[in-house]
Amino acid sequence: MSVLVLVEPGEELSFQAISLARDLGTPLHALAVGEAVTELGAYGVETVHVAEDDRLSTYAPTAWAACLDQLIDQVQPSAVVAAGTNRGNEVLGHLAARRDLPFAANCIAVGNDGSITRVRWGGSLLEEAHIDSDLKILSVAPHMVEATTVNGGTANVETFEPALGDDEFVVKVVEHAETPSAGISLAEAKVVVSGGRGVGSADGFGMLEELAGLLNAAVGCSRVVTMAGWRPHTDQVGQTGTKVAPDLYIACGISGATQHIAGCKGAKKILAINSDAEAPILASADYAVIGDLAEVVPAITAELRKAQS
Amino acid sequence: MRILVCVKRVPLTGGKMVLTADEQALETRHLGFTISPHEECGVEEAVRLVEQHGGEVTVLTLGPAEAAEQIRDSLANGGDRGVHLVTGGEEWDPQATAAAIVSTVRDEEASGGGFDLIVFGNESADAGNYQVGIRVAYALGRPIATGLKGLSVDDGRARCEQEVPGGRDIYELPLPAVVSVLEGINLPRYPSVPAKLRARSKPVESSTPERPAARLEKLRLVVPPGHGKQAEILGTGPDAAPAVVEMMRDIGVAG
Repeated sequence: MSVLVLVEPGEELSFQAISLARDLGTPLHALAVGEAVTELGAYGVETVHVAEDDRLSTYAPTAWAACLDQLIDQVQPSAVVAAGTNRGNEVLGHLAARRDLPFAANCIAVGNDGSITRVRWGGSLLEEAHIDSDLKILSVAPHMVEATTVNGGTANVETFEPALGDDEFVVKVVEHAETPSAGISLAEAKVVVSGGRGVGSADGFGMLEELAGLLNAAVGCSRVVTMAGWRPHTDQVGQTGTKVAPDLYIACGISGATQHIAGCKGAKKILAINSDAEAPILASADYAVIGDLAEVVPAITAELRKAQS
Repeated sequence: MRILVCVKRVPLTGGKMVLTADEQALETRHLGFTISPHEECGVEEAVRLVEQHGGEVTVLTLGPAEAAEQIRDSLANGGDRGVHLVTGGEEWDPQATAAAIVSTVRDEEASGGGFDLIVFGNESADAGNYQVGIRVAYALGRPIATGLKGLSVDDGRARCEQEVPGGRDIYELPLPAVVSVLEGINLPRYPSVPAKLRARSKPVESSTPERPAARLEKLRLVVPPGHGKQAEILGTGPDAAPAVVEMMRDIGVAG
């Protein structure tokens, strides 16, 4: 049976979602709202339906769900899939509520019999579950499924005019406020120097900032640090903060609670600097230095200066 | 303003996920419990709105008898009254959870007047289903904005701010409305000792709803592979610095 995938313009995670959707059946249909998404044929999509309505020029979750809802009646899929992005999970939540059907968020494996595997605790735990519905509504956990191409041709593009009432646009983006960028973004930095309780105080982050300056790195922190008011929440790495994927993550005085690891496990390498050789962070790190970070961090900074001069 | 804020009791996980023998839950014998982080900020946001506009904050939880602790914590942080939907400790799927909340909201509104705002966390720390608030909003026929990092209320409308790459997206919802918030929207207060004492005498009503069959049914939990790396020790104390810089050079980040 056919499968319908919601794709978001410019969102690479949509390709991962399509790749998982292929496990559920063919032909693959995609819905793009307001704006065409091309090059989906390589991922095995047969038809891209582009929902057109002038009011869809800004994001409106209820209207997006209404588009999906109407396309389902046309395509009759066995499953509706989206990437587990903010919008993907939101729109599928709306769709599931409209149809009073179950919705499994952030899946990493799916079967036609309703068996699914999904992530919990920001990826620190997996759940094997069963979704009881003829029409399965599923989102795909980010960066847990590989985006793979197939020997597909070019996808057909069909425009589609959904019937949308004004009530579908009560919730919509009415304004976009630009935030001036302040230095290197945590989510995109190649190196992150991050501090936890062991840093001891807001002032203690001075030495982390110095090291970060030499490495062109962003400074991050653990949840304990934001809760203590030492750093703003925008610096927080973790399940309820920013998820980072740098080449090197330097965890200074961070014990390694699962809440934190959920945010930094995407790093290629993790260096832990910790006075406790038994700290849980060592079980997630590639390298470790055992010692007082107030001595170790300045020593690394000095050594780097020497090497760079 | 009358505000309802929904919270969930979750374990305070440490450095390692350990499951019970039946693989149905985390082994919590040695763990404390807390309110799911986004919801902790939801309580704070509701209390701040009522401090600003006047009104009352009702805190609702669906959870085991022990979740009374999370209601008391929320009342110590400024909530006025609690509603506890007591379960037997088994998990409720998102549809069942939403239905129980909707039924309670209808009863509460019939007796005490409507809620201007119902506040959720964007997703619970443990199950992470991303949908209970949306389902409640639909059932009540109210608008919902999710994942908020900013919220203000003026003249019967809620201004809702979402962080997106490069800035913020703004939504304006007519009240009554439903919102879900993210940690970072505020820094929750720590309760004072007098506030904790006052919380003990605030009213908490409880009832025991019947759990419907799950349509998203948990079969078992699994600790993902990849845990239990063994870090290579580069050295001890400041003497390790040269080895650290050499490692940085090897992986091409030494600048």
